[in-house]
Amino acid sequence: MVDRSADGALVMAARRNPDGDRSGRARLAILLLCLLLAATVLISLAYGASDASATAVLSDWLFQAPGDALSARDRLIVYDIRLPRVVLGVLIGAALAVSGAVMQGLFRNPLADPGLVGVSSGASLGAVSVIVLGATSLAPFTAMLGIYALPVAAFGGGLAVTLVLYRVSTRRGQTSVATMLLAGIALGAMAMAFTGLLVFMADDRQLRDLTFWQLGSLAGATWGKIATAGPIIMASLAAAPFLARGLNALALGEASASHLGIPVQRFKYVAIVAVSASVGASVAVSGGIGFVGIVVPHLLRLVIGPDNRYLLPASALLGASLLLLADAVSRTIVAPAELPIGIVTAAVGAPFFLWILLRKRGLIDL
Amino acid sequence: MIEARDVSVSIGGKRIVQNVDFEMRPGELAAIVGPNGSGKTTFLRALAGDLPHSGSITMNGCGISQMKPWESAALRAVLPQQTALSFPFTVREIVKLGMLNGRSGVLAGETERLPDRALARVDLDGFAGRFYQELSGGEQQRVQLARVLCQVWAPVLEGAPRYLFLDEPVSSLDIKHQLIIMNIARDFARRGGCVVAILHDLNLTAMYADRIHVMHHGRLAAAGSPQEVLSDDLIARVFECKLKVGVLPAANIPFVLPQSAGI
Repeated sequence: MVDRSADGALVMAARRNPDGDRSGRARLAILLLCLLLAATVLISLAYGASDASATAVLSDWLFQAPGDALSARDRLIVYDIRLPRVVLGVLIGAALAVSGAVMQGLFRNPLADPGLVGVSSGASLGAVSVIVLGATSLAPFTAMLGIYALPVAAFGGGLAVTLVLYRVSTRRGQTSVATMLLAGIALGAMAMAFTGLLVFMADDRQLRDLTFWQLGSLAGATWGKIATAGPIIMASLAAAPFLARGLNALALGEASASHLGIPVQRFKYVAIVAVSASVGASVAVSGGIGFVGIVVPHLLRLVIGPDNRYLLPASALLGASLLLLADAVSRTIVAPAELPIGIVTAAVGAPFFLWILLRKRGLIDL
Repeated sequence: MIEARDVSVSIGGKRIVQNVDFEMRPGELAAIVGPNGSGKTTFLRALAGDLPHSGSITMNGCGISQMKPWESAALRAVLPQQTALSFPFTVREIVKLGMLNGRSGVLAGETERLPDRALARVDLDGFAGRFYQELSGGEQQRVQLARVLCQVWAPVLEGAPRYLFLDEPVSSLDIKHQLIIMNIARDFARRGGCVVAILHDLNLTAMYADRIHVMHHGRLAAAGSPQEVLSDDLIARVFECKLKVGVLPAANIPFVLPQSAGI
């Protein structure tokens, strides 16, 4: 069986590494991605509708210059508007890309993505339930969890979809790509139907909130939202390095992973919970931002290979950078208005997804 | 030592393996033979701890159902019939997965070189940089064997014998590599380890196995040395073929037996 995806990039990659060890290259890539992220963070902080500049911000920050380096207004813009937005963008970009990579490893196929297989729809259903019913039938739930009600509900929705999806599409340790995608469509449609029902019940104010939220956006990032979603996302990201070895072993199939000493059943549940938690938290604060989870790991696999010990951190870094860049585009392309970032990622990601499909068409038994 | 007592396995309500008793001692290469669908692979999977079973299976005196995955992984490695990958791993990356639990049993300084040694062992020197998915079926099978060897490189670790479970290890190999792989297996057993291999080629089995276990309709039809087991009678009963053991073909028909190999 010859993998047609082993095209130019891959073959070149192989030639440059005659001994098949890509760890050195992966470390270099991670270093470069750190620099890229630092650069995109600076650009995002410096660049915006107001003219508060990066150099002024930096000098204010580094030298604590007294007086007029940064006006009170600019200070407010930078620290309370741009900075939370950047922090949220980094967290969510990293969470989406890492969730994609983990799901792909878990399902053993490069097309699994939380957005494509209904996990995000499940999370949306959870979140919309809280937005619409939070003051009425779900009042005890929201009263108990406070600001965490939204992300917890989103997490619950995402978790439910992922568990059902795994049960449906995996038989004897092998996941069928076709079953997974189709089951994902069915589950997503089901979640969307219930979401639609809730939207139908919503009042005008809730409707406006919902529409903007569903398109996906980093606008309205506040320190409060970061305090809500941040800990959940950071906990999942912190769990990711511990999943890397197991995901590598799973590439050989569940039986072989278990023969290598991985407690497969427990491992799968930990991975599923981590993915659902980070997707749920991301969806709760920023809506459905699609395709980051499929584009980022795929690009990185072409360059550094599929070893999850490097793929997961690299995905976090590249996901964060790309989401900040997409956010910069969404803020400026129709300035002074703002395009929801979900539109930007979908416009770039969907053709990319088609490109992957075209290259893998012969390989995947759809 | 592995002891299986009265082992039965059912899958989806159907009984695949029935009341099998099985025993193997360190230093032995045991072959499991039998027609297609006779329960060989299912029994091997039960030995590997993949399937729930009734009866008892112990490895070095411990019940395998009670062992943690990483404890079993330190004692035995399993070669599946075939492994397809969905991501572009290089051969070296695959072989290194065998060292995942760090119980290969080589000196600390040699760990780095182990993948290359294992690849050389299966006659894949220089393949480390190739993509697994680009290799032929037989080459892929040997890469997997190199990975499995890395997992239990030392046949005896800390005084305990270790085990290799091989499911049709030579099924897609040419005759040269069949002999190389079987020699690796025999060598593993001679150095104090223990090998269980599912085989189809009866000549190869007779040449290498210390004990042959014949499975038929989920039961153990016979077990013993090749001389004890391979008889016209048994072959007729189990394989439903009228074959004669030790009869040469007519003088003008060439035949090639692995036993004639000068390696």
